[in-house]
Amino acid sequence: MKHTLVAWMRDKPGVLNRVSGLLRRRNFNIDSLQVGHSEEPGISRMTFVVDGDERMVDQVIQQLRKSVDVTRVEDLSDHPMVARELALVRVATNADTRSEIVQMVNIYRGEIVDVALDSMVVQIVGSEDRVDSLIALLDHFGIQEMVRTGRVAVVRGAMEKRLRRASTVWRAQANGKDASAAERFKTGGV
Amino acid sequence: MDDLAHVLKEAFYIAREGRPGVVLVDICKDVQNATGLFDYTQPVELPGFEPYPTIDMDALREAAALINKAERPLIMAGHGVAIAGVARELLQMVERAEIPVVTTLLGTGSIPESHALSLGMGGMHGEAYANRAVQGCDVLVALGMRFDDRITGRLDKFARQAKIVHFELDRAEVGKNIVPDVAVIGNLAVTLPALLEATEPRRHQLWIQQLQEWRDDSTQTDIINYEVDELIPPFVIRQLWHATKDAKPIVVTDVGQHQMWECQYFTHDDANMLITSGGAGTMGFALPAAIGAQMAHPNTLVWAVVGDGGFQMTLQELAVLKQEHDLPVKIAIINNGFLGMVRQWQQFFYDKRYTGTPIWSPDFVKLAAAYSIPALEVHHPSEVAAAIAQANATPGPFIIDFRVLEEVNVYPMVAPGMAVDEGMRRPKPAVLQGYSGIEPSF
Repeated sequence: MKHTLVAWMRDKPGVLNRVSGLLRRRNFNIDSLQVGHSEEPGISRMTFVVDGDERMVDQVIQQLRKSVDVTRVEDLSDHPMVARELALVRVATNADTRSEIVQMVNIYRGEIVDVALDSMVVQIVGSEDRVDSLIALLDHFGIQEMVRTGRVAVVRGAMEKRLRRASTVWRAQANGKDASAAERFKTGGV
Repeated sequence: MDDLAHVLKEAFYIAREGRPGVVLVDICKDVQNATGLFDYTQPVELPGFEPYPTIDMDALREAAALINKAERPLIMAGHGVAIAGVARELLQMVERAEIPVVTTLLGTGSIPESHALSLGMGGMHGEAYANRAVQGCDVLVALGMRFDDRITGRLDKFARQAKIVHFELDRAEVGKNIVPDVAVIGNLAVTLPALLEATEPRRHQLWIQQLQEWRDDSTQTDIINYEVDELIPPFVIRQLWHATKDAKPIVVTDVGQHQMWECQYFTHDDANMLITSGGAGTMGFALPAAIGAQMAHPNTLVWAVVGDGGFQMTLQELAVLKQEHDLPVKIAIINNGFLGMVRQWQQFFYDKRYTGTPIWSPDFVKLAAAYSIPALEVHHPSEVAAAIAQANATPGPFIIDFRVLEEVNVYPMVAPGMAVDEGMRRPKPAVLQGYSGIEPSF
């Protein structure tokens, strides 16, 4: 089963490398991976899709949580979510095909963002299915160049807040005798 | 430059808290040359680092209930027991509920190995009775260990009859190899005393009796209980234990056959007194680590047990022994002229095609002389005790080159991919008479 995971991580050089290195070393199969800013300054948000059974996905999550730079990891698959992907496609055109392509793009609620005499650039935003489907159509006219962002996702409505409260990794916390150790580090003595 | 102080502070924090370990700090050359103000007061802000997860008390109660109901319980103790410093609580728990203990390599000494309920190391080179206990128990309590392949053997045949309870600090290790029935995630320093509280006093007479039968069966074939006229490594290790046990030494081993023999034949009664590289399996580890142990504990007797292969990987560190004012590290080289563990595998699984494993060594006594370190060569069992006594009595470092019988194998052995109770047992030694004075294994 495919799982959509979201990881929040410190926005510092080398962090993306470390996280992707971890996924590679553990031989996790990543379908797509996308990184960008989150709502919080200094924290990036990575969305990625992994294909695997529950145990494997649990391992991905736990291994990511172990990374010091990763502040939080969630599996959105169990929750209602909005997932989208953006694709830019340069498709070959001529006078005969141009209007047909424009019609198709309109049906898919895509946009023509650039036009040349022999090609145009189509932008489509939607679920992977929809993007796949339009690309399959455009393929008949000859796709010259294509780029896809991979899936980005957010949880619907009030779920997000609940998730965040339930997250055990949101804030590092110490317990028992170790609270004093944590305190010691805060005050500077070693 | 401004980051340096608090990055180092973070590094020490990560290295020591939670599951401790190595932290790499990459300090660029321009920072190395820069000057700045040393400010160590900034708090450690690591939102992604959670060294001590909150303990789920429900899981703990569930674990205690399973243990209290068990007829054939078994504890498997790993390195976490020593790291959390709960060896004493473990012993209390073991005695209260009469639960036998199998350890991992790094869990050696979690409970005194001379204790009646200690079964020693399990797994690939564990005793057959320890592995039979794992396969036969009905509740397996894993404490601070990660079900490494050396301890589990074939995963789908591991402890099939048992409910598995996993006490572990690192959430990522839970369910990685063996999926537990109950997982208690948290620091053993907190969870084990809580478990101890919740454990009822119990006796498991039938189970203990069964274990004793299995143990007697193994003891019969143990080479150490037969008198042999040749210098065999188990004998050397056992003699080393006899000669040093009262001094409570720290023993540091390298990687290979001697490492397994050390664990089998040296009776460790205290946690943290066997320093070995465990899962990292780094040959050449022993001498540098022994230097570290001796520096940290200047008044403790430190013995490095090494093979002739691993020793040659870092023997240049002998210079450090001299440099640090004759650090009194004693070195026992179990010299069999082979990369013995690999040779053993080549013998068992590759039709005795010894490729790259017969190795050449320098004359270690002359080498020691070149470093101005006293040394001895030992060829016969009758010389062992005197040599070790001389090493212990000599101030400063000392090297003993034990020229042991070459093709001795580590038994018992569970071949990779086999279940732990499908191991090769010890062959009966052919020579029954010879040099005397050996204390039985148990």
